[in-house]
Amino acid sequence: MSEHSEHTGHVVPVRTYLLVFFALMAGTALTTAVAYIDLGRWNTVVALAIAFTKMCLVILFFMHVKYATGLTRVVILCGFFWLAIMITLTLSDELTRVWEINPSGWSALLPFASRLL
Amino acid sequence: MTEAAAHGAHPPGFAHQFEDMQQQREAGNLGMWVFLVTEILFFGGMFTAYIVYRLLHYESFVTGSHLLEVKFGATNTYVLICSSLTMALAIRSAQTGKRKGQIIFWLILTMIFGALFLGLKFTFEWRHDYIEHIVPGFGFQYRPEWGSLGPGVQMFMCFYFFMTGMHAVHMIVGLGILTVLVIMTARNKFSPGYYAPLEISGLYWHFVDIVWIFLFALLYLIGGRY
Repeated sequence: MSEHSEHTGHVVPVRTYLLVFFALMAGTALTTAVAYIDLGRWNTVVALAIAFTKMCLVILFFMHVKYATGLTRVVILCGFFWLAIMITLTLSDELTRVWEINPSGWSALLPFASRLL
Repeated sequence: MTEAAAHGAHPPGFAHQFEDMQQQREAGNLGMWVFLVTEILFFGGMFTAYIVYRLLHYESFVTGSHLLEVKFGATNTYVLICSSLTMALAIRSAQTGKRKGQIIFWLILTMIFGALFLGLKFTFEWRHDYIEHIVPGFGFQYRPEWGSLGPGVQMFMCFYFFMTGMHAVHMIVGLGILTVLVIMTARNKFSPGYYAPLEISGLYWHFVDIVWIFLFALLYLIGGRY
């Protein structure tokens, strides 16, 4: 809940916007640089972790969710929860299909599972 | 109380069904977020399909990703982050009651960054892709070095063009919204008490920025560049 009784909503200091801006620029430079280093499957993990961090910064500060009502936050979390359901249920089907005439058991899933990263 | 007197008592931009401006502002933001949730799931559907096909054709997707130029993607990421900052500053100018010239300045700057993004994408990147014959449906050519990966590479390029294309459509819509905001600002529609159209359009603009952040990571940087 906003602590301001004014109608104008929370005014974020310019300094905060600039800090977030430079963090986003640095994150972009970092994620680009890391892509040129061989980290194996961790390349994808790092790229997604940086993208997720950048998303959180944009949502919290540029989109003012840090200062939003609890109701708005719940709606946003619900959105991401449904996205998680979509991806998880789709993959729970996709990853448990074995494309063989004679399935060789669960070990056949490992190549597919390892490609997730 | 007469109708005219009732209207006179309201601050500008205030709609009658709300208790006060605070409630109206929160309801507006909430409504915009509900819309953005549908957008999350709209793009989420494409991201889910991308994940599934990447699982099935991992080597093809890495080969396809290496056809894209990181410099284009990274430059456009920087440009979009700049546009998000100027959008946030435009809203802040309205919140703090700055002259309308300042609000318009930040809005126009946001539009310039948005147009720069689209300009770079259309005139450099997609032109480059067309010359390289990697645009599905427009002279796409399999390369011998791909071998059996060819169809998967074409699949990756389809994802690339549909996802960045749909993102570009959102950018164009955003530029239209910004044009309307500039006109509204010039007509003195906004004040520190009422700037909801600016704030809600800002949410949309930042959302489109977030989508690009993930597109950049997933399309350009997939599987490393070493």
